[in-house]
Amino acid sequence: MQRKIMALALAACFVQAPAYAQSAADLAEIRQQLDAMKRNYESRIEALEKRLAEAEARAGSAQQQAAQAGREAQVALKEARQAEARQAATQVAQGTGGAAGRPQSANAFNPEMSLILQGRAARLSQDPATYAIGGFLPSGGEVDPGKRGLSLAESEIVLSANVDPNVNATFIAALAPEGGVNVENAYFQTLGLGNGFTLKGGRFFSKIGYQNEQHSHAWDFVDAPLAYRAFFGGQLADDGVQLRWVAPTDLLVELGAEAGRGLNFPANDRNKNGAGLATLFARVGGDLGASHSWRTGLSYVRTRADNRSWDDADSTGAAVTNAFTGRSRTWVADLVWKWAPEGNPTAQNFKFQTEYFRRSEDGTLAFDTATPPATLTPGLTGDYASRQSGWYAQGVYQFMPHWRAGVRVDRLSSGRVSIGQVASGALTAADFPALAAYRPGAGSAMLDWSPSEFSRFRLQFTRDRSRPGVTDNQLFLQYILSLGAHGAHSW
Amino acid sequence: MLNVKRLLCGLAAAVSLAATAPAAAALNVLACEPEWGALAKELGADRVNIYNATSAMQDVHHIQARPSLIAAARRADLVVCAGAELEAGWLPLLTRESGNAKIQPGGLAYFEAAKFVTLIDVPARLDRSDGDVHAQGNPHLQTDPRNIAVVAVALAGRLAELDPAGAAIYRERAEAFATRWKAAIVRWEARAAPLRGVRVVEHHRAFSYLFRWLGIEVVGYLEPKPGVEPSTGHMAQLLETQRARPAKAVVRTSYNDPRASVWFAERAKRPAVMLPFSVGGSEAARDLTSWFDDIVERLLKAAL
Repeated sequence: MQRKIMALALAACFVQAPAYAQSAADLAEIRQQLDAMKRNYESRIEALEKRLAEAEARAGSAQQQAAQAGREAQVALKEARQAEARQAATQVAQGTGGAAGRPQSANAFNPEMSLILQGRAARLSQDPATYAIGGFLPSGGEVDPGKRGLSLAESEIVLSANVDPNVNATFIAALAPEGGVNVENAYFQTLGLGNGFTLKGGRFFSKIGYQNEQHSHAWDFVDAPLAYRAFFGGQLADDGVQLRWVAPTDLLVELGAEAGRGLNFPANDRNKNGAGLATLFARVGGDLGASHSWRTGLSYVRTRADNRSWDDADSTGAAVTNAFTGRSRTWVADLVWKWAPEGNPTAQNFKFQTEYFRRSEDGTLAFDTATPPATLTPGLTGDYASRQSGWYAQGVYQFMPHWRAGVRVDRLSSGRVSIGQVASGALTAADFPALAAYRPGAGSAMLDWSPSEFSRFRLQFTRDRSRPGVTDNQLFLQYILSLGAHGAHSW
Repeated sequence: MLNVKRLLCGLAAAVSLAATAPAAAALNVLACEPEWGALAKELGADRVNIYNATSAMQDVHHIQARPSLIAAARRADLVVCAGAELEAGWLPLLTRESGNAKIQPGGLAYFEAAKFVTLIDVPARLDRSDGDVHAQGNPHLQTDPRNIAVVAVALAGRLAELDPAGAAIYRERAEAFATRWKAAIVRWEARAAPLRGVRVVEHHRAFSYLFRWLGIEVVGYLEPKPGVEPSTGHMAQLLETQRARPAKAVVRTSYNDPRASVWFAERAKRPAVMLPFSVGGSEAARDLTSWFDDIVERLLKAAL
């Protein structure tokens, strides 16, 4: 220790690097003290300086020597110790001495960079091309169970760094296995707004609910819960801004709002000025003793869709394209509870999470939009209103280091859907098979093994009843690898 | 959108009114580990309000950014941590999510003990195939009381800078602590003198600084690589080497699962000993002094 303190003091005296922090008087004082010490302990200090130079140059390989030198210094400099240490500490505190011996280069400013590799093998008893969530308007996102057989999943490149003292920025590109790059996230986030406020802007996953903000490699199951797929096309992402505020309380109280372009389902890109999608969220969380922690929240998404179209078949079986125009509002309630003995999750831990979704949509529905306007029969555009809901609950238990097992239950209800054309008798319910009342559900069980915090191998079985009257038995084997400097995952 | 804004502002106002924080202490200190919380308390007494983010029963490498920690980071005037990437898995999230401008890395209120101490075990190469390596060196520097003495001086200075009104108190208390601590070090060194040259097997590279200080030699680690759980295969190999250079004890921290060291100790016919990793790691480790008292006594009991 004394060695380090001495190093700092010496650096300050002889190198005179800290042009801005130390007054001449301070330097003179340090020099005086050093001279005094030198007179007293000349030989020892010379030896020490020599060893110091060596140790600093080799940065660490001379630890043993340094320790020895430190021991000598302890005896030699007992008297001068306190004053020395205080001055050295002040210098370090002011950032004038800490970098001694550490090489600096422009390269050191490179952002944190990481790469996520994912791949899987799937055995699906039903053709994934026929996948649909019965009773719900298709959400257009990545909702189907994916390819059968062996396949590579999206690879993610993550770059993140502080831009300057005020802003941190993150960029995440998803590389599709068949080619093509998708900018998944590209956002900045303020660091120094203060008073609990944080502003985020760019393209990011909305902070609504619990799982929405997590990237797929951090999920506890291969796929997103059915409710996320039905209500947000897997995950709600948008281009926009987010303002959050954390209250100065013992409990975590966080409030936030987002305004976005309305790029993805349930919105669609509407070529308009201003915000196309707005969200509000509030969450509360804390600990119960040393072993339990919890968080609960309520979120609200409000947007509009303009000719949000989907493909269906009419009662004769002919392919038609229908479209919804109107207002869409979704509420999400979430609850997460985690347990770890004494708060130490390394050996054993348990995590329970559940989210409830409720959406109401009101507007107009256009039937068979492909029909040329001249031949359009009156009454084929009618009022549309739906009240739909769904939830999932999952528990994941790490029963021994590296091994976790989990189950998930998914339930959706197509709820009340009223279609003007059907009410007026112009069309029948059979003309809208995608909207036929149904209660989709799924049950999943998974087992995963993580040999380190950078790799995970997962086996999952899902009994999926998304399609009306059809059971899809799905078996997945998945790997997730994380290379490089990957930022911490949120709770 | 106007409604949204009004609702948000209203909620914000309501919560801030509800949160009438008691202004008794001058500084809210968020200590990443209890030893730094205890040190800040020694130096600041009533002027500081301590919140320990972790306990000695938790593996500081693997802490989750729990809601309560984000709330604590939001209120903190000073963050005191070990540094050297020990908290890399969770502290960046706390500082970023808290919306607290004061405690951002690089600022005055972001204090890393490792900055003031020369670290050992600096890896010659950085490769994850070597396990959980810390690029800057072993971050468990609190296990050498001489490091704590150095950090105490720096921390007292930092407290005084952040709370100038209490500068005299911090200085006074730092000097008193230094005197007490110096005497304690002399006492521990004398008491632990018979431990010099004693060989031990350790679970994780957790007490490297302690062993270097006391002259204890580590002849093997239960973890095949830093941060990788002990495997029976590796431990069986280690048992073989015990014939040539037998260890006196098998040491683990208060947060390690005892099964590995007990398994090994039974086969090596040596005592397995738990050493508190920080204040609160054992019944006896109530504060900094009693923590090292307990460490020394436990080592003496097990290894002699």
